Amino acid sequence: MALRGDWVYENNGGTCVAIAGADYTVVAADTRLSAGYNICTRDFSKICTLCGLLPLADNCVLASSGFQGDMKALQNNLSARHHIYYIFVQIYQHQHNKKMSCRAMAQHLSNILYYKRFFPYYTFNILGGLDNEGKGCVYTYDAVGSYERVGYSCQGTGGTLIMPVLDNQLKSPSPLLLAARDAGTPLSESEAVDLVKDVFASATERDIYTGDKLETIIVNAAGIRQEFIDLRKD
Amino acid sequence: MKLDASGLQSFAPHRADPDNLYPDLSAPPSFDLPGCPDFDGFQKKAIQTVKPAKGTTTLAFIFNEGVIVAADSRASMGGYISSQTVKKIIEINPYMIGTMAGAAADCQFWHRNLGIKCRLHELANKRRISVTGASKLLANILYSYRGMGLSVGTMIAGWDETGPALYYVDSEGGRLKGKRFSVGSGSPYAYGVLDSGYRSDLSIEEAAELARRAIYHATFRDGASGGVASVYHVGPNGWKKLSGDDVGELHYKYYPVVPAIVEHEMADAPPA
Repeated sequence: MALRGDWVYENNGGTCVAIAGADYTVVAADTRLSAGYNICTRDFSKICTLCGLLPLADNCVLASSGFQGDMKALQNNLSARHHIYYIFVQIYQHQHNKKMSCRAMAQHLSNILYYKRFFPYYTFNILGGLDNEGKGCVYTYDAVGSYERVGYSCQGTGGTLIMPVLDNQLKSPSPLLLAARDAGTPLSESEAVDLVKDVFASATERDIYTGDKLETIIVNAAGIRQEFIDLRKD
Repeated sequence: MKLDASGLQSFAPHRADPDNLYPDLSAPPSFDLPGCPDFDGFQKKAIQTVKPAKGTTTLAFIFNEGVIVAADSRASMGGYISSQTVKKIIEINPYMIGTMAGAAADCQFWHRNLGIKCRLHELANKRRISVTGASKLLANILYSYRGMGLSVGTMIAGWDETGPALYYVDSEGGRLKGKRFSVGSGSPYAYGVLDSGYRSDLSIEEAAELARRAIYHATFRDGASGGVASVYHVGPNGWKKLSGDDVGELHYKYYPVVPAIVEHEMADAPPA
């Protein structure tokens, strides 16, 4: 093991948001990478969809914020393991290529994070995609792997600024209530994308680590679509 | 420094990998450790930086008709409420449930691990594992990680051949058999209500109402508890979820707003 100094972490800032709808999921993150008061780059993607040959599971997208080194390591780890799973299944099942479902990837990510419980990945992750029925699903994580399926989530330095707005617009009755009430975001895909843009514009105003560009990924039955929108660069 | 990873072994038949193409996949899972000399200091700082989700009220008690288990649903990261919809009552198998208190990731992971071990026991021994056995498995694993900063305060409740059983297991390595437990930051408040209202001959509805009230009172006074109060009952045929009520609504159900008595009513001034 390489000799490590006492403290190896750094927060590179940034914010991610994800919203799940009836048949789509929107995952968005800003593209600013900071170190202290410096901006290292305005063009850094916090979202991971493709890993060379294979997409990260059928229709799954991972957005992380926190320490960039751990972010990249986690993304590589996840896509490598998915690669192995994918190839294993090809060899041993002689069937159609089976990519990990979103639910399986969510638990897999939780395990990967927990196996680093004593030397955590300093990343705050959101996994977005479509579940087996084609409905949008968003899984939100803490840094050591506790996870939960939710209708919307935000992580990162701007997270506490954005969450109350999302709660106000999107909060639905808790899934834990026994007299089950109808949950689910009634917003359409374009309304959700507009909400995400508005919410990032506001967070950019008040969080120094958020800004520059907004990368939005929309996952729906037709596939994965990417959009870039400019944010304030100051 | 070598960690005891026996808790992670699954005893599953080894996947055939004769060419050793995927050493990472076939190797037994293990925990990565930082290489620094001051492990404890590192853990303290890492936990403060990373702030895993915590905070809770959970309770469970045995009575004549079985076991009642109840919990709130709030998770807090430092002073920020990270979620109001956390599932703190974890279904290990159809006749055994566990509660989550302390760090959410630790509880989720080790309960999932316990569920796997219980299933393996069933397959290997052709009979269900007892609650005693399951709690012992968990306690032994947590004891082996004692002092490493895990934070788990859980209760294992179930119905096995000896009848209803309830164990409290924590990350310090403690394991207690008992009839009434409450765990978490809101537990003192829950104990107050639970202990004063408890009788062993309660009916299932009365017991559920007692548990619900105890959770409600804990969420009222403890900032780290809130959300939805879930109540489960474990009987001879397994567990069943009895209710899930938003504690904000429970407040107005228990303490309805009484309109103030108006003594003199001022009429609107006549237009000049």
